Amino acid sequence: MDILNAIVAILNFVVIPAAAYGAQLALGALGVTLIYGILRFSNFAHGDTMAFGTGLVILVTWALQAMGISLGPLPTALLALPIGIALASVFVLGTDRAVYRFYRRKKSEPIIFVMASVGVMFIMNGLTRLIVGVDEIRFDDGARFLINVQDFKAWTGLAEGLAFRVSQAITLVVTALACWALFRFLNRSRSGKAMRAYADNEDLALLSGIDPERIVRLTWIIATALAVTAGTLYGLDKSFKAFNYFQILLPIFAAAIVGGLGSPLGAVAGGFIVAFSEVAVTYPWKKIATYLGFQPEGLLQLLSTEYKFAVSFVILIVVLLFRPTGLFRGKAY
Amino acid sequence: MAEPYLSATAMRGGYGKADILNGCTLNVDKGQIAVIVGPNGAGKSTAMKAVFGMLNLREGAVTLGGEDITRLTPQERVHKGMGFVPQTHNIFPTLTVEENLEMGAFIREDDYRETMEQVYHLFPAVADKRNQNAGELSGGQRQQVAVGRALMTRPQLLMLDEPTAGVSPIVMDELFDRIIEVARTGISILMVEQNARQALEIADIGYVLVQGANRYTDSGKALMADPEVRRTFLGG
Amino acid sequence: MSNTRQAEASSRWRAPVIFLLIVALFVLEGTTRNALFSGSWNSALAILNMGLISAVMALGVNMQWGYAGLFNAGVVGFLALGALGPVVISTAPVQGAWAAGGPRVLLALVVGLGTLAVATQVWKRVREPFNFIAMPAILILGFVLYRMVFDPAVMAIEANNSASAGNIGGLGLPVLLAWPVGALFAAAAAWGIGKVALGLRSDYLAIATLGIGEIIVAVLRNEEWLARGVKNMSGIPRPVPYELDLQNDPDFVARAAHWGVDIATASGIWVKLMYAGLFGLVLLALILLAELALKSPWGRMMRAIRDNETAASAMGKNIKGRHLQIFVIGSAVIGLAGAMMVTLDGLLSPGGFNPLRYTFLVWVMVIVGGSGNNWGSVLGAVLIWFLWIKAEVWGPELMNLVTMPLPDGALRQHLLESAPHMRFIAMGLVLLLVLRFAPRGLVPEK
Repeated sequence: MDILNAIVAILNFVVIPAAAYGAQLALGALGVTLIYGILRFSNFAHGDTMAFGTGLVILVTWALQAMGISLGPLPTALLALPIGIALASVFVLGTDRAVYRFYRRKKSEPIIFVMASVGVMFIMNGLTRLIVGVDEIRFDDGARFLINVQDFKAWTGLAEGLAFRVSQAITLVVTALACWALFRFLNRSRSGKAMRAYADNEDLALLSGIDPERIVRLTWIIATALAVTAGTLYGLDKSFKAFNYFQILLPIFAAAIVGGLGSPLGAVAGGFIVAFSEVAVTYPWKKIATYLGFQPEGLLQLLSTEYKFAVSFVILIVVLLFRPTGLFRGKAY
Repeated sequence: MAEPYLSATAMRGGYGKADILNGCTLNVDKGQIAVIVGPNGAGKSTAMKAVFGMLNLREGAVTLGGEDITRLTPQERVHKGMGFVPQTHNIFPTLTVEENLEMGAFIREDDYRETMEQVYHLFPAVADKRNQNAGELSGGQRQQVAVGRALMTRPQLLMLDEPTAGVSPIVMDELFDRIIEVARTGISILMVEQNARQALEIADIGYVLVQGANRYTDSGKALMADPEVRRTFLGG
Repeated sequence: MSNTRQAEASSRWRAPVIFLLIVALFVLEGTTRNALFSGSWNSALAILNMGLISAVMALGVNMQWGYAGLFNAGVVGFLALGALGPVVISTAPVQGAWAAGGPRVLLALVVGLGTLAVATQVWKRVREPFNFIAMPAILILGFVLYRMVFDPAVMAIEANNSASAGNIGGLGLPVLLAWPVGALFAAAAAWGIGKVALGLRSDYLAIATLGIGEIIVAVLRNEEWLARGVKNMSGIPRPVPYELDLQNDPDFVARAAHWGVDIATASGIWVKLMYAGLFGLVLLALILLAELALKSPWGRMMRAIRDNETAASAMGKNIKGRHLQIFVIGSAVIGLAGAMMVTLDGLLSPGGFNPLRYTFLVWVMVIVGGSGNNWGSVLGAVLIWFLWIKAEVWGPELMNLVTMPLPDGALRQHLLESAPHMRFIAMGLVLLLVLRFAPRGLVPEK
């Protein structure tokens, strides 16, 4: 029984990747859940907002790199991120003014908003293709590893190596900071409380003198910031491929629904639940089982990695069947 | 006689084409408790909502402290000194009690902590639970939070739409006691109530509405003593 | 649904006018040769055929949305299931594939479905605390059993002649028989999904169907034993003659010469015409059935439910059951379109099932055409499909014009290269504009 090696292998192949992925999903789910709670519809364009924003970040990163600016061991994209967020927010606020505001005034059914978001999705998809194309792009620079496999093996003398990439570390740190800032904003600031009040009881909020358009603007800006951050972190960690961002829409929705649509805490919890489930179910456990003394026949892989998002789908169905309001009692409207 | 603080005269109007209010008049003096009672469908809540500006009047006028506010939106009337407690959905359930009060004071730009302490003083049961989510409180306590929320703007006129709907008799007594306390601080109260008997007991002036028009208007005691009113609306 | 600023009186002439417009566009495409049109009848007919298939898709989607208000965001999955029909029914059998693992795969499927059925029954019938343990236990046990039977069977099938086959092969039956089978596959999946996801809020259904669409396509991409996955499945038989055969047929050659058309073009046009006729027939039959259903008491009830669900439910109508009916029927129609599509292409390439291109483009068609109106969806589908295909040509042309004043260089180059992507933006704009200014579509529901 080689417990140490087993632990290192679990950390390296399951815990660290799942934590990073979970953080990215959490950021995406936070955006979706905010839009659902306050604007009261499921934004199908969220994935393409992530792609579009990340595309902008990539352009700015290239520009910065061309100017010789860099951030040392950290990726230059982090410098470009605020600019990308600002640009994407301007566009998103534009879409609200041009598209969604009309239906808000008319008090249209939520499904109409969803359909409109499909139109916005097409447009953002096209724009992303326009600005960065459809190919795979790697835009990370700076140091790659915080801890690399060889160094780890040298320090510990273990057979299993541990790699902790800079992109993974950044993901965890940025996500923690973003969540801290968001929760502080929602729970301590006047505007944040006003947003929560508006999500809770729209009529009473209006009665209290809360300006609905301001709340809407804030929501879009925060959701876009979260989306672009999530997209950039995901792209730094893996690579930027526009289609991936459409595919990640399903796990993000699953995460938001699992946690309870409209509940920010739920979105974070849901993100990690979905990520860990996906990784655990598609990981071949043979190696670790061997370390723990078992002699497994097959790979012990429950599902092939191609079916990763089938996992989030199953989680989604289970939640919808047994507890549609999610873990943290979101809104089912 | 001094000009009444709130004066809503000859109101005629409704939500759509049909008129619910047919020439209804309500007056409330400073520090008075005015109660609107009447049978179901008489237009009691509608009358109050009209005073608050939640529906357009075809005819009639509303003045507050001498100022004509007929054209103002509800939010603007809040600025002018009105407070409104809806019958249902009158709190923010996932916000704490304290946050509910903070939201009540949203339009205020000055320091409202003193007002908050006054509200807590008025509703001690709620003060104990100030950091709990308002939605987790009992029915009566929730109503207290709802009233407290409306009081945060220091209104001159507080309007309550059936505040004791669905609460037990003990809680109802408690609520009415609190309402009397509020009135004692000089705030005028305009209240719609189904529990006519108990409401009229504390009313300085009572309006009995039938089919959107005034039927009887008198002090609460007088109405309670009137055999006609007793027979028709108070069950003898 | 949303109100409209469109005049009611004009609705009688709208459909014929739009129909004529579409005919004109196709004639232009076939005859005039300029920057905008190709002047080739082959091209026009190819667009028409795919347009007819899109019309069938739109019809199915319109049934789900227009009759029942269901937003199906997984159209691509039902399309793919329908495409499986011809693959499994009509392609030639693969030597040794069945013997290698066929029966075991069937056994595995039985085990899998059986597990689900048993688990559902256990959940419903076993007492409260016990079913929380019993159901997951059964599911896990069933899953393990399923994998024990399934994995070796699949590996054997894939190993069998993996270069040119490696799949389970088909029954070799006529392809027209395969079309209803494809529709059946889609209907079966729709039944399963509908049972779980209907009765929830409309955007939950959208998300659930989004997921199912992705999963079905992923299954086709990965289960090579089924349809060769990304190695693609070619050699799907067709109900019309092959061009080469026509070219070798002396009668046909003579007739082509008589018409003064060269043999290659003639054979192409003839084949496409035959497809067009076939697809057109299917489409007309479906429209007829749909219109009959709409005017029947059943159709009126469906619309009553859609327009006021609370009232209908108060009257005792089983809303969930009715929605399930529509969901299944609409998905069957979408599956039929998938079968037709794969027959037209002669090949199944799972990698091509892109949700944006299939699911959401069809939604644009339905919204533009007129949700709730069958003729509207059909016309909208053909029109939008035509525009989508031509946008690949018109986009660069337009971009050329627009960038003419720009100097030659990286920017101009980049803009010209990205011109084909403009059609995504164009489609999005079309959807948004129609949703806002003509929400009832080109041909509103009567």
